[in-house]
Amino acid sequence: MTDIPAAVPADESARIEKASRSTTTTRKGFLHGATGRNLGLVIALVALCIFGVITAGERFASIDNVLTILRLASVIGVLSIGMTFVITGGGIDLSVGSVVGLSSVWASTLATQTMAQDTHWIVMVGCALAVGLGAGLVNGVLIAYGRVVAFIATLAMLVSARGLAEIIANRQTQIVKVQGFLDFFRDDVIGIPMLVWIFVVVAVAGWILLNRTTFGRRTIAVGGNPEAARLAGIKVKRHTMYLYALSGLAAGIGGVMMLGRTTAGSSTNGQLYELDAIAAVVVGGTLLIGGRGTIVGTVLGVLIFSTLTNVFTQNNLSISAQAVAKGVIIVVAVLLQQRIAERSRAGT
Amino acid sequence: MTSALRVPVRRRRWMMAGTAAALALVVAGCTSNTPEEDTTGGAAPAVAATGNDEPGDKVTIAFSAPAADHGWIGAITKGAVAEAGKYSDVELVQAEATNDVNLQISQVEQFINDKVDVIVLLPFDGAALTEVATKAMQAGIPVVNVDREFSDPNAARVTVLGDNYGMGVSAGKFICDQLGGKTDAKVAEIAGIDSLPLTQDRSKGFKDALATCGLTVSNRVAADFTVQGGEAAAANLLQAAPKLDAIWNHDDDQGVGVMAAIENAGRDEFFMVGGAGSKNVMEAIKADNTVLKATVVYPSTQAADGIKLARLLAQGKAMSDLVEVEVPRTVQLYAPVVTKENVDQYLPTAFES
Repeated sequence: MTDIPAAVPADESARIEKASRSTTTTRKGFLHGATGRNLGLVIALVALCIFGVITAGERFASIDNVLTILRLASVIGVLSIGMTFVITGGGIDLSVGSVVGLSSVWASTLATQTMAQDTHWIVMVGCALAVGLGAGLVNGVLIAYGRVVAFIATLAMLVSARGLAEIIANRQTQIVKVQGFLDFFRDDVIGIPMLVWIFVVVAVAGWILLNRTTFGRRTIAVGGNPEAARLAGIKVKRHTMYLYALSGLAAGIGGVMMLGRTTAGSSTNGQLYELDAIAAVVVGGTLLIGGRGTIVGTVLGVLIFSTLTNVFTQNNLSISAQAVAKGVIIVVAVLLQQRIAERSRAGT
Repeated sequence: MTSALRVPVRRRRWMMAGTAAALALVVAGCTSNTPEEDTTGGAAPAVAATGNDEPGDKVTIAFSAPAADHGWIGAITKGAVAEAGKYSDVELVQAEATNDVNLQISQVEQFINDKVDVIVLLPFDGAALTEVATKAMQAGIPVVNVDREFSDPNAARVTVLGDNYGMGVSAGKFICDQLGGKTDAKVAEIAGIDSLPLTQDRSKGFKDALATCGLTVSNRVAADFTVQGGEAAAANLLQAAPKLDAIWNHDDDQGVGVMAAIENAGRDEFFMVGGAGSKNVMEAIKADNTVLKATVVYPSTQAADGIKLARLLAQGKAMSDLVEVEVPRTVQLYAPVVTKENVDQYLPTAFES
């Protein structure tokens, strides 16, 4: 809690106003702003798609290709939803990529034991989710009650979770042969792969949680101004802990998805995913200093990056060019955000 | 296939002449341990003159490999691209190099959607890419698996592998020959990342080969394929062993650090054998002014060979040096010893570390 104001510029009044605006009933302005921002993202996505259709034609526009984009987006998408909550609440979670690796390895270790034959594969999934949740809780307790700066606490988790994953897996790839689990992820429902369904379900649940529940409003208040939130009777420490637990749980889900997609648990799973997730969240319009979050924007941000990857691969362009394009997109998005924020501040 | 695509006759003659010359060179240079040479030198023009290299049907070959974070992997990709460029009938679709299996899977999915003719895949993690490779095979697209094996043999039509056990054997045999029956010789080993199966295979081959001449590994340390790791491991080793007769270092990328440590310690009572076959190591062997006397090749031409085989697969051709009418299921490359005598032959396919 104490670390959060330190990371925030000193325009206290504006932020208190913003926090109170979003915590109380006047949500009209907030919604309006979000719609405007999302429109910008939709335009960017459409422009990318048009570019894809022009350069790759049928190959880009086919249903198979769209599903490929969505499958690529889904793991990072789920992580980004969790990350949206943490960032909206004024924090940062650098550990999600490592926790994906740890939970996938923990679950695959369980799956490759002989006991796997006697138990349902749900146990394995439950294990991965519990590992993710546990790692998130550790982060949360350290940050909320141990008063460790979020950046440092989750950086420590990033390093140690990866190390623990390597110890558990002995740096080897563990192949999952549990048929029920593999079939579940191979299945399509109404032509849409299971991975994408999970992303959709998590995104919808995240949207409801952030926009339609007390939990969501508290998150925005805590991120906007923790002191005001505390005075308003919100248990800020406990809430902060919940946010990291939520992000950990999302990483656990991501671990299960990686298992389903690769049919193997490896300590190298999810490397640098935290950066992809943070980039998607920030490009989506969630403020890095907290107090404002948008699930729709995050989903659009994830889709923009995975479509970009797809278009570049379609056109046989190099990784280096793509990295440059990604960087430009991030900077442009943040610059636009600042302009919008300034205009809305001038308007109030 | 059409006459427009054919290479001009004169150029073809040159190619044949070059091929014949290369073959003659190989035959002349053939000494004790090099019978499989012409398959290892996949990127060299040593191909039988049967017309396989003449342009055939236009084929699209898709290629995906891990990020080039060390010299060997970088050389793998460079070799593949260069090989594809030699053929007017090959269109190479190259996905960005990545160490993220999630992304690499989606690249293969894109290849399947695009209905490419063949996929050449050096997976970041063989097991993780098995599922999607199987999907490609089921969609009728042959997959050529390079270096890191899938967990299911049905996921690939052709597998091109290096020989890690063979590397150890080659290094061990060379050291046995050099020490000539001196059974109290001190032999040290500087391994790569110890938990990797490939390191274990190399060490086992080395131990087995040394055993044939009554030697054992007296000192063994492990590094991590990096220059600094090699330096640290070698410095410790030299401290622990005041007198040595021979060292085998598994990897030439980390060998840069090993050499630095040896020079710092001012030691030269032993000779050293490298591994993988980088260009700077081969040049040092050629110059013959360091303790480096030999290296064992782990061919960085594997992906280039993969591209060649993929082209044959797509065009329905067979390997012209074999009687068999189909491209073989597995091609395992040989791990020859490079010494001052034969270094010129291997320098063209050596990789920059």
